[in-house]
Amino acid sequence: MSSGVPSAPTTVSGLSRTTSQRTLWLVGLVSLLAGIAAASLFVGSGAIAAGEVWRALTQGGTDTTALLINDFRVPRMLLAVVVGAALGLAGAVIQVITRNPLADPGILGVNSGAYLAVVIAITWFGATGVTTYVWWSFLGAVLVSGAVYFIGWSRGAGVTPVRLVLAGVAVSYLLNGVSTGITLSNPEVFDKIRYWSAGSLQGRQIDILLGVLPFLVVGIVVALMLARSLNVVALGDELASSLGAHPLRIRVVSLLAITLLCGAATATAGPIAFLGLMAPYIARAVVGPDQRWLVPLTAVIAPIIFLLADMLGRVLAQGEVPVGLVTAFVGAPLLVILIRASKARSL
Amino acid sequence: MSASGAFGRVVRIGSISSRVSARSIVFVAVVSVLVVSLAVVAITLGDYPISIRQIAAAIGGDGTDAVRRIVVDGRLPRIVLAVIAGAALGVSGAVFQSVTRNPLGSPDIIGFTSGSFTGALVVILVVGGNYLMVAGGALTGGLLTALLVYGLAYRRGGVQAYRLIVVGIAASFFLQAVNGWLIIRTDLNSALAAASWGAGSFNLVGWRENLVVAAVIVAMIPALVWSGRRLRVLELGDDAAIALGVGAERTRIISLLAAIVLVAVVTAAVGPVAFIALAAPQIAKRMTGSPTIVLIPTAVMAALLTLGSDIVAQRLLSPTQLPVGVVTVVVGGVYLVALLISQARRALS
Repeated sequence: MSSGVPSAPTTVSGLSRTTSQRTLWLVGLVSLLAGIAAASLFVGSGAIAAGEVWRALTQGGTDTTALLINDFRVPRMLLAVVVGAALGLAGAVIQVITRNPLADPGILGVNSGAYLAVVIAITWFGATGVTTYVWWSFLGAVLVSGAVYFIGWSRGAGVTPVRLVLAGVAVSYLLNGVSTGITLSNPEVFDKIRYWSAGSLQGRQIDILLGVLPFLVVGIVVALMLARSLNVVALGDELASSLGAHPLRIRVVSLLAITLLCGAATATAGPIAFLGLMAPYIARAVVGPDQRWLVPLTAVIAPIIFLLADMLGRVLAQGEVPVGLVTAFVGAPLLVILIRASKARSL
Repeated sequence: MSASGAFGRVVRIGSISSRVSARSIVFVAVVSVLVVSLAVVAITLGDYPISIRQIAAAIGGDGTDAVRRIVVDGRLPRIVLAVIAGAALGVSGAVFQSVTRNPLGSPDIIGFTSGSFTGALVVILVVGGNYLMVAGGALTGGLLTALLVYGLAYRRGGVQAYRLIVVGIAASFFLQAVNGWLIIRTDLNSALAAASWGAGSFNLVGWRENLVVAAVIVAMIPALVWSGRRLRVLELGDDAAIALGVGAERTRIISLLAAIVLVAVVTAAVGPVAFIALAAPQIAKRMTGSPTIVLIPTAVMAALLTLGSDIVAQRLLSPTQLPVGVVTVVVGGVYLVALLISQARRALS
């Protein structure tokens, strides 16, 4: 009952309690993901008949339809899967590390760093188009997370949850202020950045996928391997140490994984703030707080949400609603429903 | 923290008594002096330099007409508004952090800022309205959002801080997406105008805005005095508070209402000025060494932050005027970062 950041509602256990139930959930959700991923190839702004899509996928070709499917929709679907998984995993890990079920990767300043880097790239380095933005925003995200860890670090206690969150918020505000200052005094920059900052997968092709894939894969593998250790860290540092774990080491590895995941994801799609908060939340409702289940389940649930949101955005309005906006439109009400249904007691 | 710092001494005025630590008295005094000196400096700064003697003459009623007009009608209202609006934002943030027991609690958390921005955007981009209509739109948007968030967070047995924060975050994300959509869908000039409003600015404010903001602040003081002490008890937890005779839900509703009214009037007058509500309570808490959120030190700290930021916003890229919100976030962010680093240093020795 102390003041400070609320701790995870540990009394909540998920819908499924036994290992077989949970395995069933995982298998079911993986098949759902596969189905949705396949379906996403058939949905787009240009109306292409299902038969045409199938022909382009199986036979290839060089006509417009085949190019549209194989060069745009397929990479976009693959990106949605890996970026979605990355953001979900980053959210799951950061929530344990900061001991705050409300924590979002954005809290570490990743989005603000990427944003400022892209603003600088457009303003002073003449960057145009997503292919150049990718590396700038990756650089910005990594540098800024590094700065946040450095600020959140104290020799005595290491990176403590509250300090980390405060440092992240402070740095985010600071950088967003600088970005706003620059964009408001440069109308052309403002014009370009306002689309990027909504978060979208539009126009991302295979070169971007191949560029960010190594980082995402390493990040995803590390995050999945961390799951067991996170269970121990969630008990609190003292208990974790007495059980033979190294909370500090686990935290450092986790932060590295989060940086890789968020940096690469934000570089690819722009800031997608909601997914990292929402996916672990849903996963927790299904399997409860056991990280060994929660982490992999999050990695499946997040891309499902992200793909659905991206598909929805393509058909909702002419010229697309950016996926970053759709995740917020869909995720926010869902989060409200979840929190109202949960038995979570106050702190 | 020494015992005397933690427990302080008891100050009695009639039947009202309160524990005040010497450290917070010194803090409030020093910061108040800084605010006044900064205000004096601010009057002398501008495209037309004015000496301190000219200012004294102008305020005393002597001086030339031109100087008096610049000082009394131009610079003074802006400075006064920065001080009182800043203090209002700080206090409102302190209440939120105390109620939510979360250092990230701020009016932004319950979606107020995003809601008022949405209200203003709708007026600017869809309806097309003047200053008063934008202010009205901001007020409506913010209050509706706050009401909706509170309503959605409410369940039998009242509103729990934890649920309030989650619902507030959800509402913020939703409205930010609405705002993003509105800004993408409009032409560049309107989008820029809307974005400038969204950064918050003291440009072009006069005594009228001051009067409104001051009147609302004065009206809220009784509620804040009433809730200030109860909030400290409430930070011990609902059960403890009720056992000590403090109605938890009533304290929460009244203090949050006062906090929302404060931030609403400021936002309507000048747009959302970020970070003050978030940073000032934390800075004041750390500097006074208080274990709980403190209202009066927060108010003076917030006034200092806001006034200082506005001076920088005015002068940094002069003649281009930056919105004050751009500077408040940077100044507040830098300060919080410095504080965190220096604390880590101290932990070493």
